[in-house]
Amino acid sequence: MPVAGSGERVDTSGRMEEVPHDCPGADSTQAGRGASCQGCPNQRLCASGAGAAPDPAIEEIKEKMKTVKHKILILSGKGGVGKSTFSAHLAHGLAEDENTQAWRGVFPGGAHCCLVPQVALLDIDICGPSIPKIMGLEGEQVHQSGSGWSPVYVDDNLGVMSVGFLLSSPDDAVIWRGPKKNGMIKQFLRDVDWGDVDYLLVDTPPGTSDEHLSVVQYLAATHIDGAVIVTTPQEVSLQDVRKEINFCHKVKLPVVGVVENMSGFVCPRCKKESQIFPPTTGGAEAMCQDLKVPLLGKVPLDPHIGKSCDKGQSFFIEAPDSPATLAYRSIIQKIQEFCSPHQSKVESPSSS
Amino acid sequence: MEATGELAKPGNLSGVRHIILVLSGKGGVGKSTISTELALALRHEGKKVGILDVDLCGPSIPRMLQAQGRAVHQCDSGWVPVFVDQEQSISLMSVGFLLERPDEAVVWRGPKKSALIKQFVSDVAWGELDYLVVDTPPGTSDEHMAAVEALRPYRPLGALVVTTPQAVSVGDVRRELTFCRKTGLQVMGVVENMSGFACPHCAECTNIFSRGGGEELARLAGVPFLGSVPLDPELSRSLEEGRDFIQEFPKSPAFPALASIAREVLNATPALLS
Repeated sequence: MPVAGSGERVDTSGRMEEVPHDCPGADSTQAGRGASCQGCPNQRLCASGAGAAPDPAIEEIKEKMKTVKHKILILSGKGGVGKSTFSAHLAHGLAEDENTQAWRGVFPGGAHCCLVPQVALLDIDICGPSIPKIMGLEGEQVHQSGSGWSPVYVDDNLGVMSVGFLLSSPDDAVIWRGPKKNGMIKQFLRDVDWGDVDYLLVDTPPGTSDEHLSVVQYLAATHIDGAVIVTTPQEVSLQDVRKEINFCHKVKLPVVGVVENMSGFVCPRCKKESQIFPPTTGGAEAMCQDLKVPLLGKVPLDPHIGKSCDKGQSFFIEAPDSPATLAYRSIIQKIQEFCSPHQSKVESPSSS
Repeated sequence: MEATGELAKPGNLSGVRHIILVLSGKGGVGKSTISTELALALRHEGKKVGILDVDLCGPSIPRMLQAQGRAVHQCDSGWVPVFVDQEQSISLMSVGFLLERPDEAVVWRGPKKSALIKQFVSDVAWGELDYLVVDTPPGTSDEHMAAVEALRPYRPLGALVVTTPQAVSVGDVRRELTFCRKTGLQVMGVVENMSGFACPHCAECTNIFSRGGGEELARLAGVPFLGSVPLDPELSRSLEEGRDFIQEFPKSPAFPALASIAREVLNATPALLS
């Protein structure tokens, strides 16, 4: 757990977990009683049934989340499809909402206006935290105040939290088993002082395991608007993504829709299109029809995206007219509409 | 390599000569692709290969070898791995074979995942193999610790670490190299995948996922750089359809790099004592 100091840090000295390998789980009927429990520091606690009682953190998190209007999880069964890229650009897009640009002009000097959307991006990929780099925040630290941990701000209205900010070096590996990862996620939800937030976006690692179960469990007493699921067109991705959609159904998490990323590539020289990841089984479109979930959009491959992420800049600024930017904007609008279906939009006087 | 001081008990891996783990801190860089193509290439060199897929949430390998939907049977010495070919030169174990429905999600916490991986190592009757390739999910967590601990008595040859050229991938893969160092796993080398795309219409090469990261990573970490595998839609398609890319596409731009990786593995393998 973080050590107090000039910035919060996690101990990655690499001492392996004290929890036994075949821990039955704190909430299992065998908790504290199994053969593997002998000698575990938590044995007494588990045997007393404490593990089966609801975690008090759930209520604490419910209180904390009262200032958060909308919560969206970004999921995929598959790794490397662009969850973090999408999460980061969803955050940028929501924070730059055009509809509030007009209001910034009303208050000269860009004074903070309560109508500017406040966006929070939480990275719960504990082993592979990409968000600090993608948001241009590598090397930043987390500080603690009286009201909790402060997020790291990209802009006044865009705050970020990631285990990446708690590591001392880019080579530090977070070699943690499930229970310790869960503890970190609990802290992120309970102890970070997000303030008043319009959108809390949660970027997740691939899979359907500890991190995913924990974030859903810890937010159980609050309302999660839904999950956006990212895939690429190939069956190798879709077969994992179907599992993720089933996971959402299992834990009663609404599915906002699916984004098909890396959907075609237009050669910058000859402008002809190639399918680098061929949709041999019909791509996301066929899957969405099958599983009756919305297809939010398709984002083509654009070499600028990778470069922007590496530089920690918003791709929307690097390539505002790229087909990928346009696709993102359309998807972001659909997500906003899902979250606030009855909210009428303020017309910007300068819109074309 | 450090001596483990612990001799392997005779068990289901006692007939396996060399164990190679395929790792990456980052998801979606091509670990399963490299694992599959390495197995196919080693088979073409006349070797008997097993693949152990310890990605329990996202088991990709069965489809890549057209083995999806196959069943696992029991024998006296444990579970029989699935043979993907008539000649029985490639065998495979994956949680994919144990699911009732292919879309079923394996929603398990760490301890249960670790327990199954230990079973995959101790209870699968691999028989006589030249190589066992262990494909892993991204990260440095339960699956990786369980696999390394269960395989430690059998002295794995080492790990192939896969990345793509971008800094975002390299950023995660550096952590995987730290994991290898801390767990005493020798890194055989770094493979850079998705390294450029040659447009089939005009041959212009575009670095879709940036460039140079793999080589730089290998240099920083002082490990061999085993080569760059370019993007090739035929490779993606071949894996989707479970075909033998090594046999069917020797002229693909991806072929030389994949063949070279297999050669490096063969060269790194200590000579067998007769």
